[in-house]
Formats: sequence, structure tokens, C-alpha cells
Amino acid sequence: MKTTVLLSGNQAIARGAYESGVRVAAGYPGTPSTEVLENIINYQGVYAEWAPNEKVALEVAIGASLGGARALATMKHVGVNVAADPLLTVAYTGVGGGLVLLSADDPGMHSSQNEQDNRHYARFAKIPMLEPSDSQEAKDFTIRAFELSETFDTPVLLRTTTRVNHGKSVVQLSLPKTPQPRKFERNLQKNVMIPAYGMKRHVVVEERTARLKEFAETTDLNSVEWGDRAVGVITSGISYEYVKEALPDASILKLGITWPLPEGLIQNFAKGVEKLYVVEELDPFLEDQIKAMGIDVTGKERFPIIGELNPKIVAAGFKGESFTAPAPPELPARPPVLCPGCPHRGFFYTLNKLKAVVTGDIGCYTLSVLPPLEAIDTCVCMGASIGNAMGMKRAMPGDDDRPVVAVLGDSTFIHSGITGLIDAVYNNTPVTICILDNSITAMTGGQDNPSTGKTLMGEDAPALNLAALCRAVGVQDVLTVDPYNLDATEKALRYATGTGKPSVVITSRPCLLIKKAKRSAAPAVDKEKCTGCGLCLKLGCPAIETEEGEGRRKARINPDLCTGCNVCTQVCRLGAFGGTE
Amino acid sequence: MERSVTNIRLAGVGGQGIIVASEVLCEALLGSRFDVKKSEVHGMAQRGGTVNSDVRFGERVYSPTIPHGDAHILLAFEQMESLRYLPSLKAGGTVIVNRQRILPGAVSSGKAVYPGGIEETLRARAGRVICIDALSLAREAGSIRSVNVCLLGALSAMLPIEEELWQSVITQRFKNKGLEANLKAFQMGYQAARKD
Repeated sequence: MKTTVLLSGNQAIARGAYESGVRVAAGYPGTPSTEVLENIINYQGVYAEWAPNEKVALEVAIGASLGGARALATMKHVGVNVAADPLLTVAYTGVGGGLVLLSADDPGMHSSQNEQDNRHYARFAKIPMLEPSDSQEAKDFTIRAFELSETFDTPVLLRTTTRVNHGKSVVQLSLPKTPQPRKFERNLQKNVMIPAYGMKRHVVVEERTARLKEFAETTDLNSVEWGDRAVGVITSGISYEYVKEALPDASILKLGITWPLPEGLIQNFAKGVEKLYVVEELDPFLEDQIKAMGIDVTGKERFPIIGELNPKIVAAGFKGESFTAPAPPELPARPPVLCPGCPHRGFFYTLNKLKAVVTGDIGCYTLSVLPPLEAIDTCVCMGASIGNAMGMKRAMPGDDDRPVVAVLGDSTFIHSGITGLIDAVYNNTPVTICILDNSITAMTGGQDNPSTGKTLMGEDAPALNLAALCRAVGVQDVLTVDPYNLDATEKALRYATGTGKPSVVITSRPCLLIKKAKRSAAPAVDKEKCTGCGLCLKLGCPAIETEEGEGRRKARINPDLCTGCNVCTQVCRLGAFGGTE
Repeated sequence: MERSVTNIRLAGVGGQGIIVASEVLCEALLGSRFDVKKSEVHGMAQRGGTVNSDVRFGERVYSPTIPHGDAHILLAFEQMESLRYLPSLKAGGTVIVNRQRILPGAVSSGKAVYPGGIEETLRARAGRVICIDALSLAREAGSIRSVNVCLLGALSAMLPIEEELWQSVITQRFKNKGLEANLKAFQMGYQAARKD
């Protein structure tokens, strides 16, 4: 076996879990966490699954832990919000086999709806937190997290950020170890959190925190690198790498465990240096706690609270300056767009004709907010579109007759849309819910979900029938259409929004990019008929180009990009698209 | 900043094989016993956007991202993207640019104009500019999908990596798909950079 390899942080976490003898792993896809489970299935002896959402994923992991297995739950930062309910109480019950929760945060919001700092969850739930700085530590800290979990009878938060998850660096591999075998032991006062038992467990939690603080004082997860005593820096995670680059000679207290904090170690370090800084991305999480220890420390007044840090920002901060990268040269942008042949495009074009209020959701289809479609009016979090639509409808004055339409994908609907739909039926709120069923969780790179007929382990599964599910919860009008057929789509939308009752439209067409669906020939553009009116450009299809020249430029199809969906053929009023090149 | 670290930024358009190229590069650097780190952002970039990947190597690398303006080499897979990332180049650094043009939506639909005079702009800032017709070379080598490996061949002319190691890393990576074209494209890229 090659023992020195280059791994991403996510590959290293999967490897670390394997080397720890993890038996069960569950998660919900979310950038930048997704690749952990995609990699873990390559290891023998690990069962892994995509759960319908993060709450279920953590609950599966908790069950596995209580059942005696080492268990891992993986999710992105906002996913932990969904899983927060079980998290804050499993902190009381403690674990059986080691239980580790990966929270992959996204400073800079490369692919997220907010920039929340999930380190607060460790303090909130009162569970220890480890923060690796590179792939080697991602692997090592995963192993340490499982050990810590069992030693202190607590779930452990492994907190990473995009640059750690998706950065690659050199890792030394080891052989997997088999943890001490455990099995489920009935213990009602520990595992059943009724108030009387829960109150006793709270006492245990506080005692545990006190012991964890002692542990943090001496563990080698934290380390002091003495250098120039004029400047001392307390840091953790990816920020450590930036500090080493910006101030290679400074004294550094690198914290591997960032909750609870080792007060004695920090006090001693502070005494050993003339000027103390704390460098951390996002919130002043360490800074506030260190200040509460009565220590004079400089942090957020020098290092920004918004966005990612980098070596230049950190170097400037030490000098009391601020660094902003010069504006990039003015060039035509290449924003992310719906792919050529994306089944969502024709749907949104048609939906725009209804002049509806459209509550959006999280997925590829969120890209429909960008010009030229600009088709959604809101986007908050996974599954929010349906509740948002209902509230919007209730708030609308009686003379506002715009239809209210919620739009979300198959996976997002299963994640947390179904409860909203039940509400719409229960409270008889006349909104139309459009489920864009492309048979995959596409935005995160194509993961299976309960409607796709496959599991993460590659086994066949019963494919959830979305239309039957919607009917079963009491929706009377459930219409399924092919979004490549614009007339049928428009007819369905107009009907569904006119029933005066909650209704569902399911657009059914697999994702072309991920499902490698069959492509057809590109249509030809009849240059006699095309007047250059520009209507087809309102689709925002990358395959529709225009001829060079001034004034009204005639349309042209780029056959290398076109998938032959023929949505443009239906949009053109002049019949200029048709036949094949 | 750390002097013994070399910074290479790869930049282009989603679908050009930039991430695969940076993986191959990192394997070759690791095989040459350097400390290596790389960083890129996954997710939205897949959807036709601009893509970049940072690769850093040396005795000991800390930050996985290249500090702004510190790239020693900019390997641009597309002409306009070389301009977009030019500010990340260190003064006097090297730009290797593929002459291929991929029109963004705004240009192909007539709302914006593809910039001209790109080579002149590059030469005004860079210490050295190497222009490669990677698309033609890859086609000649047998597959237009080998553009990325062709550009690695050009890059290899600047790097302390043994040729045999490149061959073995490329073989490992492409043993099941398009190996012959990739090995040929690599050689052609290397020769083109040597001649430039």
C-alpha cells in the first residue's frame, strides 16, 4: 500500500473514519461536505447512506452509536441547523460507540445561502470541537474525535471550512484499527430524555465540560510554537496556515480543540508575549472567550468578520492595514448558468408568463434568479418555498389576484418540503407547488435520493413516487408534465393555479448533465425567418448564440453545446427554429 | 512570504479538465518529493462558470491558496481567462496561455465583446508569455479532450519534474481512457513550449 498520498480534506476525513473502525455513516449532500460519504463507501466494512435530510442523518448516526458502532454524520453548516434538535439532546445522553458530527462550514459563501459560524454549536450543545488545518489533521483529528467521544461519553463536533474540505495536501496513511466491541445496553436514565432523567444528565454534561477543560490544558491537540516573543497569535483551522505564511517568526498557540478552551494554557501564552492577537475566520468566537478571561487581545478590529481570510489579509491585519484584492479587469462574466438542455429552463420561461409570485428554494433551479429568466422572488433555506408561499398567500390583499407558486426540486421536496405540503392541504391554502423532478440531487454533483431508485451503496431501492405521495397527503390536483413540452407545461400551470385549492405540478425529466440522458440533434435556424427579435435569448440557453454584426443579430445554434431539447423551437414565434443542421 | 514555495494558478472554463490537470500536476510534484497543496472551489463552477485551481509546492507549504499577486506561473486554458487572472501573477512571472477562445453567454448573444489584444496585455505585465494552440495540438494527438494534458506538457518545461515521472502519473490517471492521445498531447505541449 502506498502510504504517502495526496488527499482532499474530505477524502482524509473518510480515511480517518475508516482507520477508526467506523461502521455507520449518514449524511445529506451539501457543499463542501458531500465527498466524505462519496469516498467512505470505498472502504470495506462501512455502511453509509444518504438520509432524506440532516436531522435524519444525525438520528441514524445516534442510533448506530447507541447500538455500539462508531458512527459519523456529515453535513454542511446550514444542515446542522436542521439537525440541531437531536444534536442538543444527544449532548445529554452521550454515546455508545464514538459519535462524530462533521460540520463543513463555507466562509466566503462559495455555494451557500449564508456564512454562519458553526463553532457556536459546540458551545451551544456543550460538546467538544476539533478544528483541523489541513488534510493530515483532517484524518488525524477524525481519529482523535472518535477516541475523545468514547473517553468522555460525548458526541464530538469536527468543524471544517471549505479550504480544508476541498484543499488537497499530503497525508500519511495508517492501517485501520478495530475499536473495542460494544453493543446496545439498556439504560433508561441515560438514553430516555424525560425531564426527570434529563435534569440528571445536565449535571453530567456540566461535569463533563469541566473534565474536558482539564483535558484541553494538556492535550497535544493544542500546541505552542515559540518564536519571536514580541507577537503572539492564537489561531486554529485554516487560519493557522495563513498566520504561518504571513508571520513565519511569530509565537503561535495553535488550538486543535476550540471548545472548551484551555484557560491556563491561554493565560500562560498571553504572559509569554508582548502583543497578543487572535486570528480566526468569521465570528470572534475565540476572541470573545479570551477577552472574558480578562486577557487583552486584538482580533476582529484587525481581521475581518466577513468572508474568508487569506495570507494577504492576515499580513495586512498585523500591520494595522486592510487588504482588498484589486478589482479584476472588466471582462465579460461567466456566471454559473443552467446547462444547455436543462429541463428547468423551459419550465421557468413558461412560469414567467403567469406573472405569479414565485417562492424559490435551494438547488440548481435557484440559478433561475439570474438574468434573463429572473424567475424566482425568494430563496431562504431548504424546503422554505412551500411555507413561504402559504404565508405570502395569506398576506396578500384581496384585490391581488396573482397566483402564488412554490418551486423546489425532488430532493429538496423530500428533505423538508413534504411537511409544508401537508400544511397547505391541512389549512387549505390555495398555492401551487411545483416539484422539478430531475431524478437526482444535482447541485451537489449528482447524489441519489429516495426518488431515484438507488442507494449510496449502489443498491436498488424502491423509487419514491412523488405524485402518489402528494395525492396521499390529500392534494386533489396533481399534474405531471414533461417540461420540454411548453404548451403542456403552461396548460398545467394555468389549470393548477386556478383551482382555488392547494395543487401540485411535477415536471418530470432527468438531469441531462448527470444522468447522461439521450441527446437529440440540434435544430437549424432558418435565416430567412429569423428577424433577430431576441425572444429566444430570454431562455438564457448557452447554446443559443447570435451572428456577428451590428443591430438586430440573428440567432445561431452552437451544435457543440446544443442537446436538442427543442425548447427554443417552441419559443420562437416565427418558426425559425426547426429541422436539423 | 515563504520564498521556497512555487505557486501555479490554473484557470479556464468549466469542462476544460482543469481540476484533472491540477490533480495530475500534484501527483507528479508529490512523486518528486515536494510538499504540495492545492485548492479550488467545487460546486457552482461546474455550471459553465470560470474555474481556477491553485497548486503550491516547495519544502513546506502552508496556505493552500496562493496569496494574491504571488503566482509564479499562470496556466490559462482559455484566452480571456488569462486576462481575468492576470492580476494574480507576480511581477515578472510566466503566463502559459492556450489560444483557444470560449465565448461566454454575454458575448455569444451579442451583449458584450470578447476582448482583443490579449497577448500584448499579457506581455506588458508578464516576464514571459508562451502561447500554445492546445486545441489543435490535442486534435492532432488524437483527442480534443487532451487539451488539459497538452497544457501540462507545456508547463512541464518550467518544472523540476523528471519526464519518466510525468509519464507514469499520466499513465496511472488515464490507463483506462485516452492514454495514447494524452501521452502524445503531453509531448506536443512540451515541444511547443520549448520552441516558443
